[in-house]
Amino acid sequence: MSRAPWLGRVGGLPALLGGLLLAGSGLLPPAAQAAVPVAEAGAPVPLTIDGGPTSAADPTPVRLSADLYLPPTTPAPAVVIAHGFGGDKTDVAPQATQLADAGFVVLAYTARGFGESTGRISMNAPRYEVADARAVVSELAGTPQVLTDAPGDPRVGVTGGSYGGALALLLAGSDDRIDAVAADITWNDLQTSLFGQSRVPGGELGVFKSWWAGSFFTVGLEQPGARATPCGRFARNWCRAFDRAATRGVLTRADARLMAASSPRSVTGRITAATLIGAGQADSLFPFAQAVATYEQITAAHPRTPVKLVWHGGGHDGGAPEGERLADLMTAWMTAHLAGGPPVDTDFEVTFTDGALGADSRREPVVATMPAFPGLAGGDPTPIDLTGTATAVRAPAGGAPAAVSSFPGAGALAGLATMSPPGQSAAFDSAPVTTDTTLVGSPRVTLQLSSTREVRDVALFAQLRVVTATGTEIAPQGLVAPVRLNRLGPAPTTATVDLPAIATRVSVGDRLRVVVTTTDAAYQLPVQPAVYSVDLADRRLLLPATPGIENAQQPISPWLLLAVPLMLGVVLLAWLLRPRAPRPTQRPELSEVPVVIEGLSKSYRRGPTAVDDITFQVPPGVVLGLLGPNGAGKTTTMRMLMGLIEPSAGAIYLFGSRVHPGAEVLSRCGSLIEGAGFLPHLSGRTNLELYWRATGRSSDPRMAQVLDIAGLGGAADRKVRSYSQGMRQRLGIAQAMLGMPDLLVLDEPTNGLDPPQIREMRDVLRDYAAAGRTVVVSSHLLAEVEMTCTHVIVMNRGRVVAEGEVADLRAGGERLEDVFLGIVGNEHTVGEGR
Amino acid sequence: MTASPHVRSGTVLPVRVELARQLRRPRTLVVYGLLVLLPLIVVAAVKLGPSASSDPGSRRFGGGSLDLVGLATSGAWNFCITMLFFATGFLLVLVTAVFLGDTVAGEAQWGTLRYLLAAPVPRGRLLGVKLVVGLLSTAGGLFLLIVVSYGVGLLAFGSGPLASPAGGVYDGWDAAARVMVIAVFIMLSLLFTAGIAFLMTVSTDVPLGAVGAALIIVIVSSILDAIEALGDLRQWLPTDYTNAWVGALSPQIDWSQMARGATYSAVAFVVLVAVAFVRFARKDVLS
Repeated sequence: MSRAPWLGRVGGLPALLGGLLLAGSGLLPPAAQAAVPVAEAGAPVPLTIDGGPTSAADPTPVRLSADLYLPPTTPAPAVVIAHGFGGDKTDVAPQATQLADAGFVVLAYTARGFGESTGRISMNAPRYEVADARAVVSELAGTPQVLTDAPGDPRVGVTGGSYGGALALLLAGSDDRIDAVAADITWNDLQTSLFGQSRVPGGELGVFKSWWAGSFFTVGLEQPGARATPCGRFARNWCRAFDRAATRGVLTRADARLMAASSPRSVTGRITAATLIGAGQADSLFPFAQAVATYEQITAAHPRTPVKLVWHGGGHDGGAPEGERLADLMTAWMTAHLAGGPPVDTDFEVTFTDGALGADSRREPVVATMPAFPGLAGGDPTPIDLTGTATAVRAPAGGAPAAVSSFPGAGALAGLATMSPPGQSAAFDSAPVTTDTTLVGSPRVTLQLSSTREVRDVALFAQLRVVTATGTEIAPQGLVAPVRLNRLGPAPTTATVDLPAIATRVSVGDRLRVVVTTTDAAYQLPVQPAVYSVDLADRRLLLPATPGIENAQQPISPWLLLAVPLMLGVVLLAWLLRPRAPRPTQRPELSEVPVVIEGLSKSYRRGPTAVDDITFQVPPGVVLGLLGPNGAGKTTTMRMLMGLIEPSAGAIYLFGSRVHPGAEVLSRCGSLIEGAGFLPHLSGRTNLELYWRATGRSSDPRMAQVLDIAGLGGAADRKVRSYSQGMRQRLGIAQAMLGMPDLLVLDEPTNGLDPPQIREMRDVLRDYAAAGRTVVVSSHLLAEVEMTCTHVIVMNRGRVVAEGEVADLRAGGERLEDVFLGIVGNEHTVGEGR
Repeated sequence: MTASPHVRSGTVLPVRVELARQLRRPRTLVVYGLLVLLPLIVVAAVKLGPSASSDPGSRRFGGGSLDLVGLATSGAWNFCITMLFFATGFLLVLVTAVFLGDTVAGEAQWGTLRYLLAAPVPRGRLLGVKLVVGLLSTAGGLFLLIVVSYGVGLLAFGSGPLASPAGGVYDGWDAAARVMVIAVFIMLSLLFTAGIAFLMTVSTDVPLGAVGAALIIVIVSSILDAIEALGDLRQWLPTDYTNAWVGALSPQIDWSQMARGATYSAVAFVVLVAVAFVRFARKDVLS
């Protein structure tokens, strides 16, 4: 597995619906990460830290469970890591280890209300969670291993994702001792995060993200080992606020104040520490606009504060796995601003996760940068005209069935299963675009809405889709822009809507489509049925223009160039390992002797010695019979003769040239070894022609002559597949004779021939040798050899047991068979293997 | 060596001869037949089957679903691309495995290998020619598929531009150039299969075994590639890049994945083929 993401989950594990749904988000820790193995050397020291007051009524400090990670050298600057909602300090162990390895003292602690820490959840309230964090910083100030700027003021950064990210920002805005911040996928304003409102200017309370909020809340309710209670580990005021929102979609003034106090927005004007802000594109909980607000508020209040905005491919919905890149960036940020490390630029970074369809979701995302973030609407919005007519859309009673645009927290499922019940949406299309365009930010559309009757609560969801030339509709990340109106009647109302922020490329031929839907399953929908009319108040769709970002292209890894020397090295190695021809290669004094075999042996790794130290010569012009029972080593000897088998010892010379695989001298030799072999799909004649061309010999193949010897007649033009055993054998002998080579080596040539053909073959071989050529024939048929050969070599068990002219061996007037049995003995006349 | 009328002066086992030996084989014709048949079957299915595009449910939208039929029928180029999409996963792998896996083991089975070596064709030369002819046959198959697909698509759906489902429309030479890039990449990515099949074919006398073993290795690699839990490890599987050529359909051609895929495949090929050469050079030919 890759390194843990930069706080909060931005990886791409496709969480399943149900129980796993919650685990897929950064808000809630994946169950599998509960026990993180920690390297022995950097093993954390567990501590308990006294935090802020338990509650307004109980000033006893909560007890926070923490882990302290120490770097190899101290004193060193410190980093506090806050975990995501529902998790605990162990979730951030991988990041803690990475930071400790980078030279920081790291303190990871479990927030109140979670894990082993006491207290109740107050959603990062200044009096509780933020006070806890300040106590943690004070604890660091008293830790001897931590570098201090002043007494009681440690050199410290704070980082976290999601719930922890908000804490990091809130702490940085309320504690001057913080020197650097890195906050990922978190909120700027809790109210606008949970009550989505994309109508501009806002004002009206947004549509409640019931799915997300419910998921969120459920985790806080859970108390392992305890009985189920209405509020679980939540502080009572938060519990009640949730109940009101979830049952009625409303927010009291007190609830709104509660949320405002827990929103970084309340303190961003006071943040002067270097701040790294991350946001995910696959995030329907805390959309990009939240991070942009934080970024703009900090830079507006303190223009000289280094603030970097990174819009990556991850988020609470899953998205692209950029955890490793982000973890490295966060470490670099802390090193630059706490430890005097190399500076990190404050360019805006945006990831393009789209691209060609079917492309691997695991491919490296393309990251583009811009020196300055141009704002959500882009520097200079480009209009494109939409067409479409007023469309009546129905809001179903009870809000069901509802469109499904994304499954919050479900990762890879998001956007894939977008579906919308009929009659609930209106669509407005642009003409095909004429230039390739890169969109980074929020497109803006102005709608004209009305209702057939007066309605008090209206929810609509707008989405930008890209319709490609082939008709495929792509809804980037499946995000929707919720719009809520408190009332709507027959009189037209204009609503300007910021569509979800996207980072995508639009190609020539694509059309843009704005879809307005009455339902979305992730939101709390009005229960009263209604019919609305949706039209464009302004035909123009304003696209965020982002000049200077067009050329983002995924780089080709320079490591690939290593492949070239690697491949050359392999080729060189193979070349060095090639077998060398044995020496001496030539024996000129033997150039007139067709075959010289000296001390030849062959043994196999497993098995008997097939040929055991044989030595003999074959003079020119003879027909030599290689005689022996089955398994005597005849075929093995012939295979070595043709360079098919490497001898274990000894040497073979043909016409004075040493035989080795592919030796040139083999071109003076024709052979038939262990039966003929032909291409079955070609005729006998074509087989011989192709074989001759394959030998590369330039002399006359004497095709007619050898075909005549084979005696195939008209069958020579039939496919070899149809041949009988005897025909194949004859064609094999003919192939061996192609070009009338000086030496003919035939292994059991009479196999499969009938008696008249055997007799004919006998004459052919005699004639062949009579012209001064040499024939070596192996056989186990003694009478055959007796009649054909002038010379004979008798082999048994891999050894030469007798040799000489046939006439000499038969000097006593015996038949060769008797001579043979006299030498070999009876036991081997029946075959025994090879 | 004494002069002899039998000493060769021409090229041993010219590529032309090996091509003539292989191309007329029934298995070659069957493989090419399959490649011709695939586009015809798809056209028949689209033309005769129930109309998919009239069913509103089939038009899905979202983060990247693919309406393959709609894509295929929009013109000759798109039909061609769709056929490549269908074929890269298995059919072309099979073709490669057959052409490279059978080439030496097939000769061993017929009993012709020993006669070629005794001709004598030096072993390195034999493997070199076998490799070249195997790769040429594979490339020929790929070319055939592209040409037939384009032709069939032209007749059935007319000459539409190449339109990527993810956006991007390309006409004429631009489309041809992109298809060319795709063809070259597919050929390079098939080198992995080719290398395995070639190593197998010099290691066994059973051609079916060599083809099967190559296929099994490729299939196992594909299965491993589908296991999400393996995470980043999968990027080292050569089959991880099978479809990287879709990068050539982006408005700006995305070379990075293609470069990776082609490089891994080429390195694996060189290593496997080098092992094949070293093994075969010292092998006792007993077939």
